[in-house]
Amino acid sequence: MASVIRHRTIVEDSWQPLEADPWLRVGESGLVPDFPVAGDLLVPLRLWQLRRDDLIARDGRLGLLIEGWDEPENFADALPRLQLVAIHVPQFADGRAYSLARILRQRHGYAGELRAFGDVLRDQLLYLSRCGFDSFALRDPGRAEESLAAFRELAAALRRPYAWQRAA
Amino acid sequence: MYTYDDVDQRLVEERVAQFRDQTRRYLAKDLSEDEFRPLRLQNGLYLQRHAPMLRVAIPYGLLSSRQLRTLAHIARTYDRGYGHFSTRQNLQFNWPRLEDVPEILAELAVVQMHAIQTSGNCIRNVTTDHFAGVARDEIVDSFVWCELIRQWSALNPEFAYLPRKFKIAVNGAAADRAATFAHDIGLHALKNGAGEVGFRVIAGGGMGRTPVIGHVIREFLPWRHLLTYLEAILRLYNRYGRRDNKYKARIKILVRELTPEAFREKVEAEWLQLADGPATLSEDDVRAIEARFERPPYQVLADATVAALGACGAWMKRNVHPHKQPGYAAVSVSLKKTGVPPGDVTAAQMDAIAALADRYAFGELRVSHEQNLVFADVRQADLQDLWRELRALGLATPNIGLLTNIISCPGGDFCSLANAKSIPVAEAIQRRFDDLDYLHDIGELDLNLSGCMNSCGHHHVGHIGILGVDKHGEEWYQITIGGNQGLTRPGAPAALGQVIGPSFARDDVPGVIERLIEAYLARRESDDERFVDTVWRIGIEPFKEKVYGKRHQAQDHRRRQLAAA
Repeated sequence: MASVIRHRTIVEDSWQPLEADPWLRVGESGLVPDFPVAGDLLVPLRLWQLRRDDLIARDGRLGLLIEGWDEPENFADALPRLQLVAIHVPQFADGRAYSLARILRQRHGYAGELRAFGDVLRDQLLYLSRCGFDSFALRDPGRAEESLAAFRELAAALRRPYAWQRAA
Repeated sequence: MYTYDDVDQRLVEERVAQFRDQTRRYLAKDLSEDEFRPLRLQNGLYLQRHAPMLRVAIPYGLLSSRQLRTLAHIARTYDRGYGHFSTRQNLQFNWPRLEDVPEILAELAVVQMHAIQTSGNCIRNVTTDHFAGVARDEIVDSFVWCELIRQWSALNPEFAYLPRKFKIAVNGAAADRAATFAHDIGLHALKNGAGEVGFRVIAGGGMGRTPVIGHVIREFLPWRHLLTYLEAILRLYNRYGRRDNKYKARIKILVRELTPEAFREKVEAEWLQLADGPATLSEDDVRAIEARFERPPYQVLADATVAALGACGAWMKRNVHPHKQPGYAAVSVSLKKTGVPPGDVTAAQMDAIAALADRYAFGELRVSHEQNLVFADVRQADLQDLWRELRALGLATPNIGLLTNIISCPGGDFCSLANAKSIPVAEAIQRRFDDLDYLHDIGELDLNLSGCMNSCGHHHVGHIGILGVDKHGEEWYQITIGGNQGLTRPGAPAALGQVIGPSFARDDVPGVIERLIEAYLARRESDDERFVDTVWRIGIEPFKEKVYGKRHQAQDHRRRQLAAA
């Protein structure tokens, strides 16, 4: 199990990701293997679309793996049943995850864990968190400890007096 | 002048601390070149041809004498004693050391300045009309709206990693002096039938290698929705702008690929979700920002006719501009003296200009996108004294609006992107047109020069535009005519220049400009018809003919050029 940053604390992660690529190749041909019976399962969006009812019926918590460019309309129905949404960041300077996070939080009212994973680096943590991410699987989990300082930067922005200023 | 509140001040200080740590980690090799790049760019730092270049933000071009003295101090202490005012109303230092940049930023923070988001794929410094607040054709004071946009866009976490850079311009007067149709977003203040203030929203304009005149996507946006509407456009761009090809990543390509109509529909749909949300402005919000701007305590004066002859008269005619307050005038300080790179100012000049601002202009000045400085509030009775002082500093060249007021990028002498040099070409043209009477006879003419397709010198919207191009490792110059930066007067909208034909070697450029001018003077219908008006009236053919001769000669020219290349 790898460690992640959750609510600005380093924790061991209990989520079990299903690798998207090989798994989907099997899934789409109809030969979907059984889900692990226990534990927190993190599944690709495609699997949710194929096996929605089975995933709901299963015990254990459910998380969804999505890309920064996925359309929220395609998984909005899943949101009330999810305990984790993990957005993949293919390259740290790709800003799409930031807008998607805001849409999930503000428009869809998603209140569960929102995780960034992939090319996630210390110097992007602050802005990611201000867009609604509360969980981070760093590219290099070994740097989690030193990365926590990022959350304390630019703190004055949160003390701006007007609502419109804090909205940014 | 806008004065920071405690939070504004704290923010720039915290930003310095953040960047100091990032620089330290980069120098310690904790951060790779690629990882450090967007961080340094969003703090104004480029790694250039000879040395790093630091671009300091001058929000909407407004600067105090105290700030200018700090810039002079930085130029002397960390650079080679000068700075360069850019077409984005910013100031660039061309020779700082990377190691010194955090310290320079700390010095800037002391005088309420920063270099935040002056580069990188984010929302850049917002620009506006350099006569904001004093123009007779004012609709709103655009500074207030620019400051609202500055606060909303600076350190906005959602829009720090856009597909490409993003430039917003605001114009608050009837005439468009902010080139709003040549920006990613242009905002043009207006009043509706009920007298309420709002903005015409223009999107998808821009220069660069694919110049586009922006599209009006909303005729009237009530002011309270300004930020939520910007948020809708930026969010759409952030999510759907192209990231696969940096040359197709600007919003203008998204607007074109969707079509302006479909783009408008998507913006409106997104905005419906955001309208009346937390970023909606109230009257109190706007008043609070307005109250942080200190206004000059004008005296009650009457307009005077100042009789001035000779050199001072020429300066009065070209460099002095009307003011909404009786008895006052706005004054352009020309940074376009022949032999000095356009926009360059020495530290000694900065100190001297700061002193003049204190004595004549309430300690305030502006940077224009034409790379000049403006004293916005000068008593008419002081104009002659001010002229004498400016002349002694070499800053009274009476060429505002004229051919030698050349907008130019730093070009190949400094910039690693450039294909060709700009500064020597600008100088050669200025030398060719050094006869003031002739220059004034030619009348208003915007001549803009860029050293490469990135168009920092705004050549597409020059009445005459010059573009440096690389052909097999040699520098050539392509010439366009008929461009216009914006609706600066009725009936003269923003326009892109048309290429007159094959490009020229550097030494030939001044002669070509001379022939274009001769063609204009021979055909203009009155002294009031400007060069660009003549081009629009008769088309570019007569100009081509004058430059290249008849059609077959143009082909000859082309053949010679190919043979040479």
